[in-house]
Amino acid sequence: MTSHAFRKGFLAGLPFVLVIIPFGMLFGVLATEAGLNLAETMAMSVLVIAGAAQFTALQLMQDGAPLVVALLASLAVNLRMAMYSAALAPHIGAAPLGTRMVLSYFMVDQTYGLAAAEYDARPTAPLADKLGYFFGAVAAICPLWYLASYLGAVLGTRIPPALALDFAVPITFIAIIAPALRTLPHVVAALVSILLALALAWMPYSLGLMVAASVAMVAAAQTEIWLEKRG
Amino acid sequence: MIAYSTAQLWTLIVLLGLGTFLVRFSFIGLVGDRKISPYLRRLLRFVPVAVMPGLVAPLVVWPQATGGAPDLPRMAAALAALVIGAYTRSLLGAVFGGMAVLYTALALM
Repeated sequence: MTSHAFRKGFLAGLPFVLVIIPFGMLFGVLATEAGLNLAETMAMSVLVIAGAAQFTALQLMQDGAPLVVALLASLAVNLRMAMYSAALAPHIGAAPLGTRMVLSYFMVDQTYGLAAAEYDARPTAPLADKLGYFFGAVAAICPLWYLASYLGAVLGTRIPPALALDFAVPITFIAIIAPALRTLPHVVAALVSILLALALAWMPYSLGLMVAASVAMVAAAQTEIWLEKRG
Repeated sequence: MIAYSTAQLWTLIVLLGLGTFLVRFSFIGLVGDRKISPYLRRLLRFVPVAVMPGLVAPLVVWPQATGGAPDLPRMAAALAALVIGAYTRSLLGAVFGGMAVLYTALALM
C-alpha cells in the first residue's frame, strides 16, 4: 500500500460520510425498536456490514418469516456483490490471501464503486496503489458505519412510538431502490416484483417473495437483451 | 417486534455475516481471475431491484400499524419517497421526504 494512494482513496470516500452516518443511525434506531439489544445490533452491523441486507433481515424477522427465508432473502440482496468481486478480481487478484480476505470483508457499495471507477481510469497502476486507494476509501467509510449504528442503537431506546417508525423501513427500501430505476429493465424488474409479491402474498414462509424476485430478475434480463437486439 | 429466540437471532446474524463474506470473497478469493458468464452478470445486476420492491409492496398496501387495512397517509408517503428518490437520486432526501409526508398526512387526518 502506498500512502499517497491511501490518502487519495480516503478523500474520495469522505463525501459518503453524509450518507453513511444517517443511514447507519437509522439502522441502529430501527433495530432497537424491533427489539434487538445493543450487542445484537452491533453484531449485525459489524459481521454483515451491508445496509440493505440488514434492513431486509430486520423486516423479515418482524414479519415472522422463518429463519431460513429471512437468511436467504437477505443473502439474495447481497448477491450483487459477487459481481463486484468479479469486477475487482483482475485488479487485486495478485494480492496475498490475507489481504484479499480483509478487502472482501470491506467490499461495500461505496468502496466498490470508488475502486471500480479508479481502476477503470488507471488500469495499469501498481498493485500497491490499487490496494492503498481501496483501503483509504474503507478508512473514510466503514468505521462510521459501526459508529453510526451504535449511536442509533443508543438513541433508539429513547424514541417515542408516536413517531410512526413502523413505516421507516418500507420508506428506506423505497429510497434505496428509487434512484436505481433509471432504465427500462430496472423498472420492469420492480413492477414484476411488486405485482407478483402482492399476488403471491398468500404463499407461506414468504415464498411468494422468492418467486416474485426470481421472475422479476429474468424479466429484467430478457428486457435488456430485447432492447440490445432492437438496437 | 421480533419473535425469534436469542439463539435463532444469533444464528441468523452469524450465518448472514458468513454468507455475505463468501459472496464478497467469491471471485477475489476462490474463483480467481475467471470471467463470469454474461447472462449471470446480467441477473446479478438486477437482484436488488427484483427483491426489494417485492419486499416493500405488501408493507405499503397492507401496513402492519393499521392491522393490514390500506392507509392513505402511508400510501402517500411511499409515493413521495419513490418520486423524490427517482428524481433527485438522493437516498436520504427520499427517506426524510417520505417521512415528512407521512407525518403531515397523519396530522391532517
